[in-house]
Amino acid sequence: MSAVRIPPVLRAATGGQKQVAVAGATVGDVIDALVAAYPGLEQQLRAPDGSLNRFVNVFLNDTDIRHLDALATPVGERDTVVLLPAMAGG
Amino acid sequence: MTTETRSTHSPAGTASAAAPDAVPRVRLACRQCGAAVALGPSYVCPACFGPLEVAYDLDGLRARIDRATIAWRAPGVWRYRELLPVDPPSRGLTVGSTPLVAGERLGTAIGIERLWLKDDTRNPSLSFKDRPVAMAAAAVERFGMGTLACASTGNLAGATAAAAAALGIPAYVFIPADLEPAKVDHALAYGATVVPIEGTYDDVNRICLEVADETGWGFVNINLRPFYAEGSKTLAFEIAEALGWRTPDVVVAPIASGAMFTKLAKGFEELAAVGLVERRDVRFVGGQAAGCAPVATAWSRGTDGIEPVRTPDTIVRSLAIGNPADGAYAVELATRTGGSIEAIPDVLTAATIREIARLEGIYTETAGGVTVAAAAVARTRGVIRDGDEVVALLTGNGLKTPDARQHGVADARRRVEPGEPGLAPALPARLADVLGWLGVDA
Repeated sequence: MSAVRIPPVLRAATGGQKQVAVAGATVGDVIDALVAAYPGLEQQLRAPDGSLNRFVNVFLNDTDIRHLDALATPVGERDTVVLLPAMAGG
Repeated sequence: MTTETRSTHSPAGTASAAAPDAVPRVRLACRQCGAAVALGPSYVCPACFGPLEVAYDLDGLRARIDRATIAWRAPGVWRYRELLPVDPPSRGLTVGSTPLVAGERLGTAIGIERLWLKDDTRNPSLSFKDRPVAMAAAAVERFGMGTLACASTGNLAGATAAAAAALGIPAYVFIPADLEPAKVDHALAYGATVVPIEGTYDDVNRICLEVADETGWGFVNINLRPFYAEGSKTLAFEIAEALGWRTPDVVVAPIASGAMFTKLAKGFEELAAVGLVERRDVRFVGGQAAGCAPVATAWSRGTDGIEPVRTPDTIVRSLAIGNPADGAYAVELATRTGGSIEAIPDVLTAATIREIARLEGIYTETAGGVTVAAAAVARTRGVIRDGDEVVALLTGNGLKTPDARQHGVADARRRVEPGEPGLAPALPARLADVLGWLGVDA
């Protein structure tokens, strides 16, 4: 199981939990499992075509997954997946 | 204890207080799905995770805002208060009302016969960032958040620190650890706590997203971003007012996150919607540093899919955002209006900084060099056409990046000959020696 950190705006769907444990071999698997466990996240994390919502930035530990292998990036037991809003900064 | 106040209400506040309904009708709305959200320190739509922005009852405002009232008000961003998201704070800096300068000599040099320069180097902390921070500082006070904070590429650090000092609240500014020393010292001078992070601006931004959640501080460009971003509209308002309440043909601006670039368009649109200007097409040209140009790259490829730049490599630190939040919106704006987004090499940026200073007497930081160079490139490729009235934004003062203008210049401080521009040799403190070096017969 790897950890997933949940931003405040998504915590209503996780019962207020800031961090949850989810199984998955890749970042994509982890997000699939997350949405399966907390179906309320579907609308916020997925675009209508099923791809990742473009306003969600996903980090594996401290690295944006777009600089790794995107959703195919392998996830280990000690890794943390971080979901953050894309609309910040500047 | 001092009784001094620096109210931003007077004298303009007098007129506002006399109006029957002085509070603008504003709300937060999702830019993506349109969902309405209560006014507060929020920036993400709870329904779709899209970005929130401030929306106004523009139809209602038409009868409550007019040119004469604005003309009567004191200088500064709050003269356009009906189209701003919050009321002025109890105490604050005088921001905005910077000059629109006719750039005739520079325009001749780059082939633009009607060039205006918006000299925003003159704001209190020497950059346009004082405008968005003015809105965020007012929002911090309104929402009782107590501490002002930011993730900064440099200019925002000084602006946030200065606004917090004026308001009398603590400031925390998070910066990349290798930021230019002048910008770090600037923020420290106002009493801010400066927190260097070993990494890029995007690393700083990622950290601050989570710090904002944990602390509840008012991060100007995170949880207060909808309010903060609105401040950049005042550039559009001032440009239109200075031109006699009309819009130019082309606006040229730097792009970092893309927030200011897109809010310029929102500003012109709102002026038209409330009847202050006639609605006309404006082309938007943006400039980025070639060493960190995710938005320019997307525009040149004809897509709004932004590929983030992991490690920016440029002297233009103020624009070095590899993962720009409003990048897709900036591409859409440039494309829809017939503009462009240009990627400018650092050597050209430095040369342009020197040209702006030499020809117009305005010393800009690196983003100003990028902007004017982008105007020149857009002119060459025909985006800017014969006879166009063009406004280029000079968004920061050159004293913030003192080494930048010499970038790419070999032996910039070489000894010079009499009559040649540059640094003369140290001369004895004797008139005869000085006149002798100048070649003047005594």
